[in-house]
Amino acid sequence: MNTFLTLDLMPLLAAVLSALSCGLLGNFLVLRRLSLMGDAISHAVLPGIAAAFVITQSRSPVAMLIGAGVAALLTVLIVEIVKRLGKVEPGAAMGVTFSVLFALGVVMIERAARSVDLDADCVLYGQLETLASFGASGDAIQVPRQVITLIIVTLFALAFVGVLFKELRISAFDPGLSTSVGISAGLMHTLLMALVAAAAVASFEAVGSILVIAMLIAPAATARMLTDRLRPQIFVSLIAALIASVGGYFLAAHAESLGFKRSLDAAGMITVISGLLFAIAAVASPNHGVLARAIRRRALADRVILEDLLATIYRAHETGAPGAREEALRAALGTNRASAALSIATRRALITRRDAHIALTDIGSALAADLVRRHRLWETYLVDRAGVRPDHAHGPAEILEHARADNRAPIAPDLDATTDPHGRHIPSPHDN
Amino acid sequence: MILAQLSSPPDPSFWREAFQTLSLRAGYNTTVVVLGTTLLGVAAGLVGSFLLLRKRSLVADALSHATLPGVALAFLIADAIGNGLSAKSLPVLLLGAAITGVLAVLTVQLIVRHTRLREDAAIGLTLSVYFGVGVVLLRAAPDYASTPASGLHHFIYGQTAGLLITDVYLMGAIATIAILAAAFLFKELALTCFNDDFARATGWPVSILDIALMALVVLVVVAGLQAVGLILVVALLIIPPAAARFWTERLARMVLASALIGGASGYAGSTLSALLPRQPTGAIIVLVAGALFIISMLAAPTRGVIPTLIRRARLRARFATDHLVEFLFDTASPASLSEVARDRAWSSLQSRIIATGARTAGLITGPRSALTLTDAGRARGRRVARNHALWSQYLVTYADLAPSHVDFSVDQVEHILSEELIAELEQALAKRGIKITSAQTSSGGDA
Amino acid sequence: MTSRTTPNPRTHAPLSERPEHSAEAPLSVHAMTVAYHRKPVLWDVDLDLPPQSLVAIVGPNGAGKSTLIKACLNLIPIAAGRVEFWGDTFEHNRSRVGYVPQRESVDWDFPVSALDVVAMGRYRRIGWFRPVTRKHKQAALRCLEEVGMGEYANRQISQLSGGQQQRVFLARALAQEAELYFMDEPFAGVDAATERAIVAILRRMREQGRTVVCVHHDIQTVPEYFDHAVLLNMRVVAAGPVAEVFNRENLQRTYGGRLTLLTEATEAVARAERGST
Repeated sequence: MNTFLTLDLMPLLAAVLSALSCGLLGNFLVLRRLSLMGDAISHAVLPGIAAAFVITQSRSPVAMLIGAGVAALLTVLIVEIVKRLGKVEPGAAMGVTFSVLFALGVVMIERAARSVDLDADCVLYGQLETLASFGASGDAIQVPRQVITLIIVTLFALAFVGVLFKELRISAFDPGLSTSVGISAGLMHTLLMALVAAAAVASFEAVGSILVIAMLIAPAATARMLTDRLRPQIFVSLIAALIASVGGYFLAAHAESLGFKRSLDAAGMITVISGLLFAIAAVASPNHGVLARAIRRRALADRVILEDLLATIYRAHETGAPGAREEALRAALGTNRASAALSIATRRALITRRDAHIALTDIGSALAADLVRRHRLWETYLVDRAGVRPDHAHGPAEILEHARADNRAPIAPDLDATTDPHGRHIPSPHDN
Repeated sequence: MILAQLSSPPDPSFWREAFQTLSLRAGYNTTVVVLGTTLLGVAAGLVGSFLLLRKRSLVADALSHATLPGVALAFLIADAIGNGLSAKSLPVLLLGAAITGVLAVLTVQLIVRHTRLREDAAIGLTLSVYFGVGVVLLRAAPDYASTPASGLHHFIYGQTAGLLITDVYLMGAIATIAILAAAFLFKELALTCFNDDFARATGWPVSILDIALMALVVLVVVAGLQAVGLILVVALLIIPPAAARFWTERLARMVLASALIGGASGYAGSTLSALLPRQPTGAIIVLVAGALFIISMLAAPTRGVIPTLIRRARLRARFATDHLVEFLFDTASPASLSEVARDRAWSSLQSRIIATGARTAGLITGPRSALTLTDAGRARGRRVARNHALWSQYLVTYADLAPSHVDFSVDQVEHILSEELIAELEQALAKRGIKITSAQTSSGGDA
Repeated sequence: MTSRTTPNPRTHAPLSERPEHSAEAPLSVHAMTVAYHRKPVLWDVDLDLPPQSLVAIVGPNGAGKSTLIKACLNLIPIAAGRVEFWGDTFEHNRSRVGYVPQRESVDWDFPVSALDVVAMGRYRRIGWFRPVTRKHKQAALRCLEEVGMGEYANRQISQLSGGQQQRVFLARALAQEAELYFMDEPFAGVDAATERAIVAILRRMREQGRTVVCVHHDIQTVPEYFDHAVLLNMRVVAAGPVAEVFNRENLQRTYGGRLTLLTEATEAVARAERGST
């Protein structure tokens, strides 16, 4: 039997299932601005698990699930109580609740550790690597119970989201409306929290609490950078969770072949990869990415300067000159911007150089006429309709003349005027 | 720790030791540790107050989790440099912690400003990813350093047992700096927290003050790393001020109470932890703080839950008595209790309790079937009737402006509305032919 | 921050003795354009306010009334144009300018008393690091008494009615001892008695030679309460003495129909600027 099946399959499965179940549910936490509730729950299940150990004196998975589930729901309840009865600000209420519960859990675990093999550290990191030994014993692959629990929870989460998708969506978007049409937002909230708790608990022992928090938030956040609608968002978040868990696991497990002395912590690496995926999405997303927005801003700036250049030459033509002198253009537009615009305009065959003058080609002239037309229409509009003083209309019009609607069509006032407030001719669309 | 003691009853020596530690007579080292942790608690309480009022408590959570990669990196770098620089020198590790902590705060701000994610997601994301990096580094550290990395994981849960005296001095010094800075900037931070636009308009550099506040948070977190641990040090910043808020409506007192609660948590927590060396100090300190929070939330006279409930019940009782007296005043003849109960929709038990109360207060006499008002009861009835009429008129005149916090049936008009306004209301009532007895003729009265 | 811990000495003298207190315009705005979150909300505003007057800024929702105030106070950046106070920059005249923000802009559950809030008006004068002394508390108390709230000095601010909270803000403004005030909706959500009290305070301030600029939403009371009016709807429709500018035609131009095309183009520019589609 190859080493993948014996060593890697089970921990990998555990990681992937944790990532998928938490990643799926995380979408609704992020949308409802409850991300930190996932944080709170995954901290607070600790005393539940510890209590189960103390009471049963064993690592019974059923007792553990029940204990953690109760603790998670208790967390939600306590946060509400502290918030409502104590009038404590929501963030602080959450902070108070989960830190005290976590502290309680740490102390109880230390106490329980004497009888049960467990310590507080593995609460954070999980024990992903230890799952490997299960597969290695004997010929048949044994499925450790952590993985079985995870399979059940993942199926539950999928079924929950699949069946109640529309209810989840409406209660996340507008709790008031949701309740008024008979879908109790409170009930959906409780169900969601219960499932988050279940996913956190099931993942807990295998991957640790930090990975749970990361998986509840990072895939959904990544998907949110890439998509605008809920269904695709969920889909993308699952892919992100999958990539992070598989990629993180293999990077960690096979770190030796990458030059590290030993394998790295798998849960930590998965977290790191999920963070990287988010960083990439945040920077490079075609719609919402930082880069794309910078490029669009740059493109707008280029268009504006090009349009300004053409309009300036057009105005020179109007005075009867054969074109504009290059120095004059540079002075009017600023040296750097003018050079860039001149080279773009030349490349697009919008201008030609005649002697010392730069003149418009036919295409350039038509574009420029349209632009000047819009500028003068805006000036007219601002003075006639908006009550702006004539000598103040130029500035706003400079901005407005570049306005484009979503379908990229220029926006301009629909006026019949043939002259602007300064008495200058407004070119008709059919001039030239 | 209570749990720890439950199963095995403590022997007498435990209590002797406990008393010695609490009274700072348990040897120099323990005493210094206890004092250092107390100082830390005071600093956290002070700084945390402003953090809470600025509504930024959970940013500190991201900050403190993010110190782990800093500690691990500082260890690895110091080890690689070697050259007399001890890889486990506390200042070096804390410097690393501070750097990644600040980076995390910046990351949260970057995400909020430049992406569509909200602050909650940004905090959770930053917290877990930085911590994940820290875990990877921490677990790999032993393979790449010549210095044994054994003590590093104590930064996660905190451990006072292995503290060096010089480490405690450093912790105490950092905490003292934070305390002094918070004291000096009290007025400036208070203004920023209450009304940042006004602060800006009057020329205070709000963004610099915000940075100063975050710097203080970094100091407290870094100071608390060793003793409390990076997961729970944030609790020391959040719990004491939240608890202190229940005790007072004044900022100075709240900050003081918060420092006190923080200090008490540090003091008691480190003492207990000295007695129970197996227990992680941070968790115990936080549990003490949590216990103080629960006590404050339930019992604090100003905003505590139970005193508030009692006040509300008392108010409701006065309210009911007023209704009983008003009913008898209006009918002006003996009336049976069941009649009143029908009118007010009280259950028979309710009506009996109310009647007994009114009887004890000397407002009513007579058998239950024919209740009459005493003189004091009539005076009270007059007042209630006048009050009622004025409030009704107020609602008629200013229906759209009725402030939400006025309990119209109970609050005396004189306490809420100005004299001119009451005069105006009385005139309006007179115009409508409703006569009310003026305030002077009423006497005695309301409990 | 170049803090001026020693405040401008002339602000300590009574207003009437101050030589600069002349007919010079306390506020003049030149061709100011403001973009809020990169969306232009004020186009090309020109304003000159006379000294010693009560000025109302009126206009429909979203007309940029609060924005105008905040831009003057340097709370939001100005895209183009400039603002002058007594012919000089805001920075040089900061201590002569007071501000009353919208009541909803603060958390009234904050643990401070009415007196504490009023004392905040003097923080600038107290300077960095120094505590609030008895002297300043007494000055704050006098301001509270001036607005008829002396007996509420020690109340926690959440225990005050809306009108009383507004008066506390007004007292804080008085504590600033400024000459020009910006007030954002000082009459919002107050009862009639408080409204009259506020008007009385404003008139007293005018008699002392101060200028008060109020964002105001009740057109009915403008002629009664104010001397000057600025009719605003993304740009200044009309500005001047109430008797001259407050007429039906101007009001119609201010409130009647938003300039939809202008709005649309403005938003398109903003979207492109933001870089989102």
